[in-house]
Amino acid sequence: MPMVRELRINGRSLAVTAEDDRTLLGVLRDELGLTGAKYGCGEGRCGACTVLIDGEPARSCVTRLSAVGDREITTIEGLEQDGKLHPLQEAFLETGAMQCGYCTCGMIMSGVGLLRQNPRPSREEIIEAMNGNVCRCGTYTRIMAAVDLAARAIKEGRK
Amino acid sequence: MSHVHNQADEVWTEIEPERYELYEPRGGRVAFDRRDFLRVLGGGLLIAYLLDHTESEAQQPGRRQGFRGQAGPQDIGAWLHIAEDGTISVYTGKAEVGQNIRTSLTQVVAEELGVEAGMVRMVMADTQLTPFDMGTFGSRTTPDMSRRLRRTAAAAREVLIELAAERWKTSHEKLIVAESAVVNPETGARLEYGKLTQGQKLTKTVSDSTPIREPRKWTIAGQSLAKVNGRDFVTGRHRYASDMSLPGMLHARLLRAPSFGAALVSVELAAARAMPDVVVVQEGDFVGVAAASEPRAARALAAIKAEWKPGPAIASRTLFEDLRRPANDRGFAGGERDGRSAGNKGKSLREQPDSGATRLEQTYTGAYIAHAPLEPRAAVASWEGGKLTVWTGTQRPFGVRSELAAALRVPEADIRVIVPDTGSGYGGKHTGEAAVEAARLARAAGKPVKLVWTREEEFTWAYYRPAGVIDIKSSASREGLLTAWDCQNYNSGGSGLRSPYSAAQQATAFHPSRSPLRQGSYRALASTANHFARESHMDELAHALGIDPLQFRLRNLKDDRLRAVLEAAATAFGWGKPADAGRGVGLACGTEKGGYVATCAEVAVDRENGRVAVVRTTTAFECGAVVNPDHLKNQVEGAVVMGLGGALFEAIEYENGRIQNPRFSRYRVPRFRDTPQLDVVLVDRPDLPAAGAGEAPIIAIAPAVGNAIFAAVGVRLRSLPMVPQRLKI
Repeated sequence: MPMVRELRINGRSLAVTAEDDRTLLGVLRDELGLTGAKYGCGEGRCGACTVLIDGEPARSCVTRLSAVGDREITTIEGLEQDGKLHPLQEAFLETGAMQCGYCTCGMIMSGVGLLRQNPRPSREEIIEAMNGNVCRCGTYTRIMAAVDLAARAIKEGRK
Repeated sequence: MSHVHNQADEVWTEIEPERYELYEPRGGRVAFDRRDFLRVLGGGLLIAYLLDHTESEAQQPGRRQGFRGQAGPQDIGAWLHIAEDGTISVYTGKAEVGQNIRTSLTQVVAEELGVEAGMVRMVMADTQLTPFDMGTFGSRTTPDMSRRLRRTAAAAREVLIELAAERWKTSHEKLIVAESAVVNPETGARLEYGKLTQGQKLTKTVSDSTPIREPRKWTIAGQSLAKVNGRDFVTGRHRYASDMSLPGMLHARLLRAPSFGAALVSVELAAARAMPDVVVVQEGDFVGVAAASEPRAARALAAIKAEWKPGPAIASRTLFEDLRRPANDRGFAGGERDGRSAGNKGKSLREQPDSGATRLEQTYTGAYIAHAPLEPRAAVASWEGGKLTVWTGTQRPFGVRSELAAALRVPEADIRVIVPDTGSGYGGKHTGEAAVEAARLARAAGKPVKLVWTREEEFTWAYYRPAGVIDIKSSASREGLLTAWDCQNYNSGGSGLRSPYSAAQQATAFHPSRSPLRQGSYRALASTANHFARESHMDELAHALGIDPLQFRLRNLKDDRLRAVLEAAATAFGWGKPADAGRGVGLACGTEKGGYVATCAEVAVDRENGRVAVVRTTTAFECGAVVNPDHLKNQVEGAVVMGLGGALFEAIEYENGRIQNPRFSRYRVPRFRDTPQLDVVLVDRPDLPAAGAGEAPIIAIAPAVGNAIFAAVGVRLRSLPMVPQRLKI
């Protein structure tokens, strides 16, 4: 049976009515209108649906609502602060790290998760962290350049 | 379809290059009616680009078969409107699927009009608002649509200058345009476009003769402008068709056959129909459900019991034998002719003993592969008063409108197809399956319906890149000159079949087969398979002759543009330097759709475990005048990465009529770890018309990698994908 629960998303508390076994992706997209997270495979193998749960990248297409609890969810819609893009969003624009853009939100969320945990990742560490995200257009080298650029921008910003 | 080439007389019979593009004759035509336009768009200035006879024909290949000469309204290729407030809107039927044409088309319009790119609003791929377009494929946007829009914008500029000249009582020759205004440099007088179009109801038609700015003088075109709506993509604000939502919208799921070609025998719908708020539709083999949420639709679908009569027990293990059997029916999509192979048998080269020459005979094969666009097929359909609106991701909005009209028996005039910028296609989204399915369900439900294909559906029920078998027989003299070339292609297609190399005797033919699986267009079509075969074979010949593969190609190549990219790639790559142990280098080149490409690759093979890694690639690419260098580079990089998938590990596996790998966990696509260092050399030719670039750069990577693997370990791989598992050394 559907039940009402509170989800903590992008710093707000939102009430949703949904069954326990709903996927987080389905709830975000169909119940809350947060369509930045995309469906790509339904098995956690392409990364298009990536969001952060307590700061860690998670595949929302294989995350059941019951497993989320009261943990903090961050989606792409929550990255922009007061009209200012996250440095990784800026870096994607700067490096032209997209073609069709369908993977972009998931890529950025995976990248933000990586940078939180490792502010200055090496090329190999970027590959390791991002290998589960597919860009079918093949813009991988640009995405790696964007993560690297954002890492430097964040470091500069902190000085 | 086939040809025998004798270089003395230079007579070629055209190979059908676009056999698998799946186009069909268009339905309605657009009349240019001034009043209609002004009613829809409002006042201001409207410029319509009229297609000339050749362009009209190209838009409508079906007309060649008998409708030629019928008088009708002239076709419009694009239009541009400058509103009374100066807002500039451009209307084109082309679709944005990641190739960044929204940006490149914006650039050429801004260039001709003398405005910032941000001032141009590009309305694309909406059958109600934009003129008919056959589809976004064949790398035609840049050579056709870009040229049309340049002329349209140039004509608008000339009208604006005339208006200002009239107003100022001066000669139009004295005036220029700059920053959205007509300016008189002598007096400093300035009139913004909005001031000139205010209160006007001007329409003008233009054709291909309007003068345009030379690429050498470009200041906005020719630059690396960023994706015009890039911010919408990095913030998640862009709404793909799969992100659309309408009030009261239901979510759909479809009943699918358990195997290819299976037929529905019986179906039990009562349990699903008994569920509250579930719409169940059956029309023949079409069975679908719609419900308020996706999980509810899935539960309703699970409650349906169906019995199927299995289709043929086809298996990928016998694919290449299957393809050698000639086509014996007319079953191909697009109404293609068939049965040519019998007639072609005599067209192979006769055996010609040639003492002292090197002779070689080899067969190359390629598996079916999937486009696997990251956004699967998706559509939202809504009916209002018998009229249908569908939002869907497709490369052929007008083609999908025709499909909808035929399937639902509704006039095209009552159907509107809107294509939001789409989550890629690569030639895989020429059809409107999801649109038709969603529209059927929406009509029955009386509510809007959304259907997003699952990844498994996309892998199973979309169409594949044709598999193929290619036989090559050749001979070359001791001096390294080709003397004979015979290439027979079974099923994969005619694109890129014609060899750019000189040979005294040549014969090439394409033999259609009865494809076991549904197949269709793909980025560069058969050019990838044909280049893999030819460029691998050239490498084999070079090794047999003991001649450097670069030198061997240059010795047999007359085309200066192809020679130029080959030499540019070789130089930038450092061709000729000895490779480290366990490493090898290879190269390949070719031309497709007006683009010239050469790729050098370095691979590392681990002899212990058979792992193959592509370490670095250098691709030189030339497609005439470059409209946006960074986006062109992006296309080249992306094509190389995508090409690595088909080269190394992508293949559709099927057994007993069932696909075995319809998931990303079973079907391997290139990922971060597979990506080599990608070097790109752009050869700019502002003296030549700009050609499209989304396809050609994919054709050289597979043979370059195969040739590099041979150089590294002496193993020749002649079947795509070359290394689905690990290399057995």
